Amino acid sequence: MAALNLALGPGSVLLNQTATSWQHAVELAGSGLISSSRVLPEYSQAMIAAVEELGPYMVIAPGIALAHARPSELVLETGLALVTLTQAIEFGSERFDPVRIVFAIAAKDHESHIDLMAELSELLLDEESITILLSSSEESQVRSLFS
Amino acid sequence: MKIIAVCGMGIGTSVLLKMNIEKVLDLLEVKAEVQAADVTSAKRDGHSADIIMTTPELAFHLENMPGQIVPIEHVFDLTEIRQKLSSVLGK
Repeated sequence: MAALNLALGPGSVLLNQTATSWQHAVELAGSGLISSSRVLPEYSQAMIAAVEELGPYMVIAPGIALAHARPSELVLETGLALVTLTQAIEFGSERFDPVRIVFAIAAKDHESHIDLMAELSELLLDEESITILLSSSEESQVRSLFS
Repeated sequence: MKIIAVCGMGIGTSVLLKMNIEKVLDLLEVKAEVQAADVTSAKRDGHSADIIMTTPELAFHLENMPGQIVPIEHVFDLTEIRQKLSSVLGK
C-alpha cells in the first residue's frame, strides 16, 4: 500500500487523541494535514463546514469518519491524515456513530487521490486492519499495515 | 449503461462507492460506465445516468433526476450493493 504510506506525510498520524466534539476531532485530523504541509490552516474549517452543510454522511462505516472538503486553493498537495480517538465521539450519524477513527483527505483535484482511495478502500474492508489501527500506540505499527 | 456514484464533494465517499460498484458489476458480469460525482455536478450533468447511487442522507437532493435512485447505507457492504443493483438490473 505504497500510496497510503506516501499520502500520510510526516506528522499526519495522530494516535490515541482526545477530542471534545466532532468538530474537535476533525480539527485534529486537519492539524495532521497542516503539519505535513498538505493544506493551508483554513482547510480544517472547510471540512467542518462540509459536515455542517451536508450532514454526517462522511461517517462511512461503523466508527470511521472520512473528513474532507472540496479540492481548492487550500490544498497544497494531495494527502491524508489519520487520527485515532481514545474516547469515541458522536458525529450525529444514525448508522455508524460513535467514531473512533478519523481520516482527513486533501485532494488537489479529482484524479490525484484515486490510487490512495483504492488502497484506503482495501484497508477499510479489512476488519483485522481496523483492529490494529485502533490498538496502535506507535506510528510504526500503523505504517506496518501498509508495507 | 451509465451509473453515477454521488457524494457531497465528489472525492471521498463517491470514489469509494464507485470502486465497490465496479467490483459488484464484475461479479454480476454487467458492463457499465461508473462515474463519481458531487451533488452539484450530478444535478447539472447527471441527466444521462440510468442509475444514481448515493447515501441516504443525500438522496433527497437528487429526487428530480431521471435516473433511478438507489440509496446505499454502507458503501463498504458489497452484499448490500450487490442486492440493490441486482434488483434494479433484474439480475
